[in-house]
Amino acid sequence: MGDISPFQFQVVAALIFMVGVVGVLTRRNVIVMFMCIELMLNAANLSLVAFSREVGDDQGQIFAFMVMVVAAVEVAVGLAIIISLVRNRDTLNIEDASQMKW
Amino acid sequence: MRTALFWILSVAALAGSIGVVGNVRNPINSALNLVVTMLALAGLYVLLEAQFVGLIQVMVYAGAIVVLFLFVIMLLNLRGSGTAGAEVQPLVKIAGTAVVAISAFFLLRVLSTGRAPWPDVDPSYGTTRAIGEALYTDYVLAVQVAGVLLLAGILAAVVLAKKRLD
Amino acid sequence: MEHTNEALRWIALLPLASAVLSGLWLVLARGHWPRALVIALAVGAPIASFAIALAQVFRLATGFDAEQRFFVDNLYTWISAGDFHAELSFLLDPLSSVMVLVVTGVGSLIHVYSVGYMDDDHREDRGFQRFFAYLNLFMFSMLMLVLGDNLLVMFVGWEGVGLCSYLLIGFWYLDDANAAAGQKAFVVNRIGDFGFLLGIFLLFWSFAGAGVPTIEFREMAANVGLLSDRVVELPGVLSFLPGFPSWGLLTLACLCLFVGACGKSAQIPLYVWLPDAMAGPTPVSALIHAATMVTAGVYMVCRMSFAYSLAPGAEATVAWTGAITALFAATIGLAQNDIKKVLAYSTVSQLGYMFVAAGVAGYSAAIFHVMTHAFFKALLFLGAGSVILGMHHEQDITRMGGLRTRMPWTWITFLVGVLAISGVPPFSGFFSKDEILLAASQAHDIPGHEWIWGLGVLTAGLTAFYMFRLYYLVFTGECRADHHTREQIHESGGWIVLPLVVLAVLSVVGGLVGLPDAYGELAGVPQSNSLHYFLQPVAPSPVHHVEASVEFGLAAVTTGVGLLGIALASLFYVWRRELPAQIAGAIRPLYELVRDKYRIDELYDALFVRPLVAISRGLLARGIDEGLIDGLGVNGVARAFVASADDVLKYLQTGLAQSYVFAMLVGGALLIAWLVRGA
Repeated sequence: MGDISPFQFQVVAALIFMVGVVGVLTRRNVIVMFMCIELMLNAANLSLVAFSREVGDDQGQIFAFMVMVVAAVEVAVGLAIIISLVRNRDTLNIEDASQMKW
Repeated sequence: MRTALFWILSVAALAGSIGVVGNVRNPINSALNLVVTMLALAGLYVLLEAQFVGLIQVMVYAGAIVVLFLFVIMLLNLRGSGTAGAEVQPLVKIAGTAVVAISAFFLLRVLSTGRAPWPDVDPSYGTTRAIGEALYTDYVLAVQVAGVLLLAGILAAVVLAKKRLD
Repeated sequence: MEHTNEALRWIALLPLASAVLSGLWLVLARGHWPRALVIALAVGAPIASFAIALAQVFRLATGFDAEQRFFVDNLYTWISAGDFHAELSFLLDPLSSVMVLVVTGVGSLIHVYSVGYMDDDHREDRGFQRFFAYLNLFMFSMLMLVLGDNLLVMFVGWEGVGLCSYLLIGFWYLDDANAAAGQKAFVVNRIGDFGFLLGIFLLFWSFAGAGVPTIEFREMAANVGLLSDRVVELPGVLSFLPGFPSWGLLTLACLCLFVGACGKSAQIPLYVWLPDAMAGPTPVSALIHAATMVTAGVYMVCRMSFAYSLAPGAEATVAWTGAITALFAATIGLAQNDIKKVLAYSTVSQLGYMFVAAGVAGYSAAIFHVMTHAFFKALLFLGAGSVILGMHHEQDITRMGGLRTRMPWTWITFLVGVLAISGVPPFSGFFSKDEILLAASQAHDIPGHEWIWGLGVLTAGLTAFYMFRLYYLVFTGECRADHHTREQIHESGGWIVLPLVVLAVLSVVGGLVGLPDAYGELAGVPQSNSLHYFLQPVAPSPVHHVEASVEFGLAAVTTGVGLLGIALASLFYVWRRELPAQIAGAIRPLYELVRDKYRIDELYDALFVRPLVAISRGLLARGIDEGLIDGLGVNGVARAFVASADDVLKYLQTGLAQSYVFAMLVGGALLIAWLVRGA
């Protein structure tokens, strides 16, 4: 693997995760928020696969596979929800959907 | 060689992710940046000798999920809905970044203690065949459950996004 | 012969099956069967039970020696906890044989009678099927009680008959008074059941402590010697009780059990439900409140004879309670004008006799009287029902009269019943009552037993008097009903008359199974008291060696008193009809007190019911439940929380997805930090 240590992969994953979190907290466009969530998931996947290689057991890859399956489902359902949200409120701004407050 | 690949792919993934978040103008831009990230990650997977996962990453993530995103963006943009992608309170942004950074720091501190070098793995590690065998023997239940989950997701998506016919 | 007999279960299960089937059909399918089907099933079941019981009793009597007569049928082990096992199993021995035959035999006759009686009831079309479902359910419960192998099964039957009594008393529930009567029966029974349970617990605890954890009758009987010396130390506050400072353990247990018997068998002070129970249909009064359920207490005492014979204090209590109740109820019966009420108080009085017998350890005499009383009391009640039907639901005897010619079958069978209950020889009542009084006169270990005998004789006289009063007022003289009713009086149909005739025959010849030896020897039949010898191994009565002359002498006294009662009744109600009203006028306050049943119900109401209701409503419901628990607890906590934290906490709910995500992040970060601390 040359002189890349496993730690470096973790750092990359953590960085991507951080970017995703910031995106979720900051952006107001619903769809972009969703994409940032996908970023977070991918970062987690990277971490998993890296660990899997480091340990030598392919269980981590299977875990990552399952994460992908769940992410796919989640995207499908989430986008369906977004579509119905837009149909009802005609806006992609998440701040317009904050009625459940005190 | 590998080292170089690692650095290139990592930088690409990071640049892509920042592009997803920081792109204010157009969600399509964000989506395309997401694709770049996905592909870079796929490369990283292959670098980690996880061929199957890398393959699936391209097929499912870059090939289906992001496409779905694009479709939805285009579908909804045609309705002329306004998007205000401008950053909200910078305070929130800073606070959030700080929180994540601090926790990442702690986590990485744990991880960084005395890394052993990469162990040797036999050539069948991470191949489609090996993963497939594991999936259909040890993890059959998970596969079945995943199937049910996918079914549920399809039904949910259809029902939720359906246009009312009245 | 084997002691296991798998046919026993069907005796109880057949009526249960019939009840469940027709009941479920009513409830689930909301439909009712054709009458023929209901009759076939509901009347067929007890008759089949009787047939099976008869066959098994025959096998029992002929197949075993006297000491070894018992059949057991174990269905399954109900409770198994450590060393303790309680099975759902049935026991057929001489004692339960007699009871089973009486219950199924008389029960079947009453079922037949009910077909004719309830046919009149077109008020609520589902009444017919519902009635028979309840009646069969009652048969099942009573048979469980009687055939039970241990106190647990007996108690299940005990509660079951209480339930069915409630259901049947309040059968015409649309009338509030009937529903109230049913409720009263159930509540008073429940008080008795509490004592019964205490007795069961005490016995189990004691036996378990002595190393034999069991509540099975035969095992308890075999091991009761272990408990004969145990005593219970009474707390100082109870120093006024006789026998202080310590009571025999068995005495205490038997007294607790007797409380249950008082409730079920309507003795003082828990008799008040039985007169009110006359609100139910007459077959119910006949079956439950004359022939079977009310005798459960007597049966229980006889069943536990092994304990009672070692508890002299309890025995004395039983005997005295029975004697006083017998006299007390008889006096009330003198002044009642409702035909069923007279019979109800008569039942309470006769039950008193049975307890007198049980108390002086004359167990076979008690069971003998149970049997004969079932015959003639059921006969009297069924006859009363026939009269009520014929008089178009008139129950006031001051408005009857002269039915002798208009309802001949009812008349003649009723007369047989009245003669039997008055103890006129050679009807069955004479022999059973006499055996009781003989046992009372010979029971030297019961304090004051001569007084008990005296009370019994006096009550016999009163019984004869008020029963003949009833007979004369209903059947002889001129008909005092109004013209319209008089036109409609008719004899009842075959379904009703047939059981009357059968019961009348039984009331005449039923005494033969218990014919005392003295009489038997006159006829050249030694040991003629077959019932006594049959029951002896299970419920041993002390053998009384009395001269035949003493026995005949006592019998003559009792018969004489009875005839005196009849003569007085004839005087008052046939020859000099103006006398009763004159006497009643002369002693008006006393008369009214007796007629109003000594106002005991009103006393209980003021003493117990009203305070209890006031406490429940005022203190418990309003005070504690609404005020304390709701006000302070539920609403109070909510109010306190809202007052203190609400203004601050509500800002957490912004409605923005992102602030929630942020909160999650913060929490997650803290969690991770805590988890990896020190690493």
